[in-house]
Amino acid sequence: MEFKFTEENLARINEVRKKYPTSLAAVMPVVYIAQDQNGFISSEVMTEIASVLGIDKVNVLSVVTFYTMYHTKQMGKYHVQVCTNVSCMLRGAYDIWDQVKNKLGIQNMEVSSDGTFSLEEVECMGACGYAPMIAVNEDYYENLTKEKVEEILDSLK
Amino acid sequence: MERIVLPEIQSLDQIEVYLANGGFDAAKKAFAQTPDSLIDQVKKSGLRGRGGAAFSAGLKWSFMPKTTDLPKYLCINGDESEPGSFKDRQIFEYNPFQLIEGAIITCYAIGAKTAYLYIRGEYHMWIKLMQKAVDTAYEKGFLGGKMKEVFGTEFFCNLYIHKGAGAYICGEESSLMNSIEGYRGYPRIKPPFPAQKGLWGCPTTINNVETITNIPPIISKGWEWFSKIGAPKHPGTILYGLSGHVNKPGVYELPTGILLTDLIYNVAGGVPGNKKIKCVIPGGSSMPPLRGDQLEGVRMDADSLKEVGSAIGTAGVMVMDEDTNLLDVLIRIAKFYHHESCGQCTPCREGTGWMEKTLKRIKNGLGTSKDLDLLCDVANHIEGNTICALGDAAAWPVKFMITRFRDEFEKYVNSDVVISVPNKVHAMRNTAVPLSDLKK
Repeated sequence: MEFKFTEENLARINEVRKKYPTSLAAVMPVVYIAQDQNGFISSEVMTEIASVLGIDKVNVLSVVTFYTMYHTKQMGKYHVQVCTNVSCMLRGAYDIWDQVKNKLGIQNMEVSSDGTFSLEEVECMGACGYAPMIAVNEDYYENLTKEKVEEILDSLK
Repeated sequence: MERIVLPEIQSLDQIEVYLANGGFDAAKKAFAQTPDSLIDQVKKSGLRGRGGAAFSAGLKWSFMPKTTDLPKYLCINGDESEPGSFKDRQIFEYNPFQLIEGAIITCYAIGAKTAYLYIRGEYHMWIKLMQKAVDTAYEKGFLGGKMKEVFGTEFFCNLYIHKGAGAYICGEESSLMNSIEGYRGYPRIKPPFPAQKGLWGCPTTINNVETITNIPPIISKGWEWFSKIGAPKHPGTILYGLSGHVNKPGVYELPTGILLTDLIYNVAGGVPGNKKIKCVIPGGSSMPPLRGDQLEGVRMDADSLKEVGSAIGTAGVMVMDEDTNLLDVLIRIAKFYHHESCGQCTPCREGTGWMEKTLKRIKNGLGTSKDLDLLCDVANHIEGNTICALGDAAAWPVKFMITRFRDEFEKYVNSDVVISVPNKVHAMRNTAVPLSDLKK
């Protein structure tokens, strides 16, 4: 599948590029821009990033495969992330994790058949004092109870 | 008690409010002095890094070469991925301009023209808040070329936010720099230290967000004032993050050197249901845990915690009550480090996996007390044998949890378990033999 950056995103890339003395350094923000546009990072997207920045494709690949927030497959419209690290776990995060898994009917890193939801068990999100927590796409939901989780998931359609 | 990093002032994230409360006065004062005098003041104030190692901030600055043709850089570490630590986000949200002011003073002191603020990728909302503050600062001339007019000096600097993408290891200083340069977050071998070869091989200073935010008050109120707060050898206030089994979890700014029991029982409202405490991790998940019966008289500063066999780390205090299953906690911690090991050094890459698997074997009822010794042995072989401190961070919780709670872990292992031993007749085969038979 052909991938080309939109004019608007090319302008954003130009802005980002100014922050760094080398074009390689702009690769992380540019991958984010590409993920915004395309939803995930495919091989074609990596080729395009490499040619826009004038770097080798392998540099893009190495970054995309190292960092967990870049996705190489299409995730759901709502990417639900449940933190199960120690502070959350002490306050019942695994109950929340099981609840979300059962409710959505998918396992870790799976996407629901209609593409609405995807699920990820994440490491500490920096919300330890407000545990347990889940994040949906970019938004944090903290101090959760089972009822609140039910409510949040029901509101996502 | 006066709060330094998060003062009790409403809407301090608005530039007007910040300016009305003496904002950027410290920067004006700083630009009237020589960089060397600033470094000297920070050194004398006794400010120690808030990112985990508690290294003297002024001393770190003084390592920057004075004469060099290369550009110098400042990195500000807001990666904050340590489980139990959630303090920097409070600064991004409630006091972003003090961080920016601290950054420009630091840039002036070390002679840097560019600062990168690295914030973890999951903090979308806080990155937006911080970006808004940075944009405002540019607009008002507190950053960038307009600084010359506003402050009337020749000096100016730029501050850029770099968004991480979900790697714990990028909180390590050299991998953070690799990450900014556009590489995988692999730690670099030291020496050379960042002050000699940092970002793009140029001299770089890297400090934690909280450390930088402490700078403006030190300059405006003087180092004598700062050095008298809290513990003499580790002065100032710390953002304590309390989580786990406490009634009022959250971030509290208090002087260093306060009693850990005070922190848990008075500040955070004690343990729910008045239960006893089984275990406390005082500085984020990678620091050695303390037993519940060890807590009396323990003070929260770098030296006191070192004496009792732990460390201040990022001051993320995790409290576990008497009903906590420590095996589950340790499995979760081991899983975390296994997931986050970057894979460069064999002891860490393999060892973290072995520790997780061995702990899971114990969880499945197939562990023997020899496995506990094995875990300590693996941990000892990781510690100190890796490029960066993630190896130590993975080894300490396992080693110290098991040695300090051996009685607890002995309950989970089975002394009569069947284990496989090499068959003496057929060297290539293994035979299952009950452990009790082996002892005979």
